Amino acid sequence: MSAITNVARASLSKDLRLEWRSKDAINSMLFFALLVVVIFSFSFDPTAEESRRIAGGLVWVAFLFAAVVALNQTWARELRNQVLDALFLAKAFGNFIFVIVLETFMTPLFIVFYNLRALGPAYQLLIVSALGTWALVVNGTFFAAMSLRTRSREIMLPLLLFPISIPALLATVEATTAILTGDFSAKFWIVLLAAYNVVFTTACLLLFDTVLKAE
Amino acid sequence: MKFLYAAYAATWIIHISYLALLLRRYIRLRNEIQELNQR
Amino acid sequence: MIRRTFPILGVLTAVLLSYGLYEALIGAPTEQSMGDVQRIFYYHAPSAWTAFLLFGINFVASVVYLIRRSMKADIIALVSAEVGVVFCTVVLVTGPIWARPVWGIWWTWDIRLTSTLVLWLIYVSYLILRRFSSSGQTPLMAAVLAIFGALDVPLVYFSIRFFRTQHPQPVIGGEGSIDPKMLQVALINWAGFLCFACLVCWSRYRLELLQREVEETEALEALLDSRKAQ
Repeated sequence: MSAITNVARASLSKDLRLEWRSKDAINSMLFFALLVVVIFSFSFDPTAEESRRIAGGLVWVAFLFAAVVALNQTWARELRNQVLDALFLAKAFGNFIFVIVLETFMTPLFIVFYNLRALGPAYQLLIVSALGTWALVVNGTFFAAMSLRTRSREIMLPLLLFPISIPALLATVEATTAILTGDFSAKFWIVLLAAYNVVFTTACLLLFDTVLKAE
Repeated sequence: MKFLYAAYAATWIIHISYLALLLRRYIRLRNEIQELNQR
Repeated sequence: MIRRTFPILGVLTAVLLSYGLYEALIGAPTEQSMGDVQRIFYYHAPSAWTAFLLFGINFVASVVYLIRRSMKADIIALVSAEVGVVFCTVVLVTGPIWARPVWGIWWTWDIRLTSTLVLWLIYVSYLILRRFSSSGQTPLMAAVLAIFGALDVPLVYFSIRFFRTQHPQPVIGGEGSIDPKMLQVALINWAGFLCFACLVCWSRYRLELLQREVEETEALEALLDSRKAQ
């Protein structure tokens, strides 16, 4: 058991260190995230009243695009692997942290551009972010592994990820909108997100070695 | 009601298009087989 | 026996679909609120039922493939997905054509229509994966994706259903109980489309078998040619 966590921790720290070391990758991803926010702000320029209702959707679509860029890099450096489950979790968690960092960077920008202020319970936004990000990242890491064995693998990842993620995206956007507008309760959506995460984390763990061992 | 006829027509256009696609693949396959047999 | 079944099934299909078409356009009673446009239902609903059935078959075939790695299961998965997408496309096209005159809008987040759209997206991505993956692993990757898709279906359904309770939307199919005569006409058309789907799936199955044989032969030939060259 400790061997597994050692492999996991080693892989995770290696990933984090490598990412932080290659400043180019970080800088370009942050810049890409900034671009996405700005372009969305040009495309939709609402008054403060409307902005709360649509900001949820805009924010998460922007996060989704930024996440895909990060996810595509997941398996770029991977060669051999033994303890696959631990490796998968380590990769997924590494992606999770990375995307959370991107979100933390993009959120203030959105708040500024859209003059956002949460009318509902703001602390719930943290729960929604965590659950929503994990939902994207767990399937994203899995499909990134599947895309390795395809032609056009960069387009294959979002192509596989987006349809399956629709319930999670809907739930995340609705929950965020609920919290921002304070019009209705986010509770059902949070529960749905949790259910989605449980189902797909399990599925990914169970099927990961099948996918990777396919030869 | 032209919408009604449009819907029914669309249904069959979709099905027939798919069948046409299959037919085209079949013909191409058959030509390939003839080529293989000649070799 | 196989040689004879195909034409018999063909005749049965033609009979059922013709009768179904007559009943749909003329025999069935006209609906009160929507008028004749409602008759789209007799093609829209059976297509949806057929598509869902085919996707269900795909799920079963994918699971069987994961357990037994049988080529037959893989081909059945491929065929049911393809034909399922065709029927699903019919649902997605007839739905808006129905919605437009009734509600004045082309699209609405009607639960059945939206669930069908998501299902269509998932299975189109499935077919694209099959086309783009390197041939050795295709059956396995596809089977895994099919399982993910199947797991997604209930989540899609519940998320859209709750979305609709919060943002009320028009319902395309009409709600409540259905007139027994209308149900009968729908079922007749369904029977016709099921037979039609059988014919198409069967043909597609044979086509795929033929294709794989040809590919194998060509691969073998290439191997022999390279040996000869040495």
